[in-house]
Amino acid sequence: MKLIRTIAAAALLTAASSNAYAVLSVKDPLNSPAWSYMAREYFADDTVSFSDLVKVAAAPHAEDSMNVPVMVDATALDDVQEILVFADLNPIPTVLRFYPHSMEPKIGFGLKLQQGSPIRAAVKTADGQWHVGGTWVNAAGGGCTAPSVGSGHSDWASRLGETSGRFFAGNNDEGRMKFKVMHPMDTGLADGIPAFFIERIEVKDASGDEVGVIMPFEPVAENPVFTVNTPGDGPVSVSGRDNNGNRFKAEFAR
Amino acid sequence: MIRLAFATILLACSALGHTAGFDYKLAANEVRPGVFVVSGVNDDLTFENGGNILNTGFIVTGDGVVVIDAGPSRLYGEQLVALIGQTTDEPIVRVYITHHHPDHFFGLQAFDGVEHAALPQTINDLRLLAEGYSDNMYRLIGNAMLGTEIVLPTLAASAGTLEIGSRKLELLALSGHTESDLAIFDTTSGVLFAGDLVFHARAATTPHADIEGWQASLKTLDSLGFEVLVPGHGPVSENNAPIVETASYLDWLSGTLASAADAGLSPAEVMFIPVDARFRNLAVVTNEFQRSVVHLYQALEAALLPATETQ
Repeated sequence: MKLIRTIAAAALLTAASSNAYAVLSVKDPLNSPAWSYMAREYFADDTVSFSDLVKVAAAPHAEDSMNVPVMVDATALDDVQEILVFADLNPIPTVLRFYPHSMEPKIGFGLKLQQGSPIRAAVKTADGQWHVGGTWVNAAGGGCTAPSVGSGHSDWASRLGETSGRFFAGNNDEGRMKFKVMHPMDTGLADGIPAFFIERIEVKDASGDEVGVIMPFEPVAENPVFTVNTPGDGPVSVSGRDNNGNRFKAEFAR
Repeated sequence: MIRLAFATILLACSALGHTAGFDYKLAANEVRPGVFVVSGVNDDLTFENGGNILNTGFIVTGDGVVVIDAGPSRLYGEQLVALIGQTTDEPIVRVYITHHHPDHFFGLQAFDGVEHAALPQTINDLRLLAEGYSDNMYRLIGNAMLGTEIVLPTLAASAGTLEIGSRKLELLALSGHTESDLAIFDTTSGVLFAGDLVFHARAATTPHADIEGWQASLKTLDSLGFEVLVPGHGPVSENNAPIVETASYLDWLSGTLASAADAGLSPAEVMFIPVDARFRNLAVVTNEFQRSVVHLYQALEAALLPATETQ
């Protein structure tokens, strides 16, 4: 268990409201100046530990601050309820929440970084505990306060919500699927451009049952591509909406 | 001798004017009579190297000096001018910029009263990109950029033979590393300045690459019958090994990205594919491979995501 630094000792669990302070007593492996604030903001009184079982793959240098590729893999943990991705030093730290239901707790996407920052995934298991993994990414900056590229093109409105995707049988993961939604994902931080972003995506199986939900926030990259693994063997649909009520839906055969 | 003294005084003055001035410690290596290469280190742009990660060169023609690439900053350019002054009494007549990347052109500022030439597409690209490059270079190399301002090449170069002094220079308008890459082959001495179409002992960079076009350009360079090959980055060679090395790295890179896209890997997964053993000894290869994923993978990925009827 040397990989997991359990922050809240058993004794502390009985003392309500002390855990948010307990988390501060363990050194943040990424040594971020904002960790204590993040811990209070996101986890309040929940139990939190740093864990190498939560893998966040991202290159140490962001070549493009507007689209930093990230892959979160929490398949080493059982009973994952939620994956929360955040970047401590982003002006809008919350990047995405993913509720995998019956999907694998693994998701790839791109995000915008305003400056060098830890990128973390906090994974909530059925016992209510959070397991946090992460990595530092250095960035030249400007990813969040620059206008989206697409909204500068005249055809962005006609392609808004256009959804494309497919399954990839050749992947080592079963049910590997990628889909892309045309959307400017404006953060609201660029001058005169209000926040405009996809806020909910439901993934459903052939019988219409929800197998997972992705809730992107402003920092997710423009025209986002999501990489996920879906269960079963029938077609899968993705449907969603943005914060202005625009809806999109598409179905992909295996 | 008077000229030499004058250059030294100039150098001293510029050093006094900017007491914190970065010293590139440039040295000219005469690879063939009258043909000089000024070599940097095989690394990323850092504060420590001041952006001196490339090869520049100059050819003494008997009727003036032709310079190939001006380096990453004003200070580099000034120190290159001084070095040329210490090496020959001939005046500098022209500087060629091989392509639009920032480590190759910011030194132009130091070449006063000299023709600044580049391929037309390079000049166009620099008009759009120079400002952004400037911001980025100040961030990446810090103090070494002190006082650097944007000076763009103005003379449009074209492919063909340039007879100057005792030299016959073959200018080749190629592409692939960027939209336009100039290579200069001194047919008189057999020295080929390949620009960044050729990397040696360092992984190739791809921010504006078209790999197919690049491979075609490498074939052209390989057919020239040179005696000395000066890559854009890395050690000078007397054979075509750097061309073969660059071509096989690019081949591995494009093949790896294509099969990753076919298998549905996310870009972050691709970034952690191990570099093939053949290329692990190339300088900065892990970093360059991860950068290349950002440059090249998105298009491959998008091409495999068919537009679906949105319901």
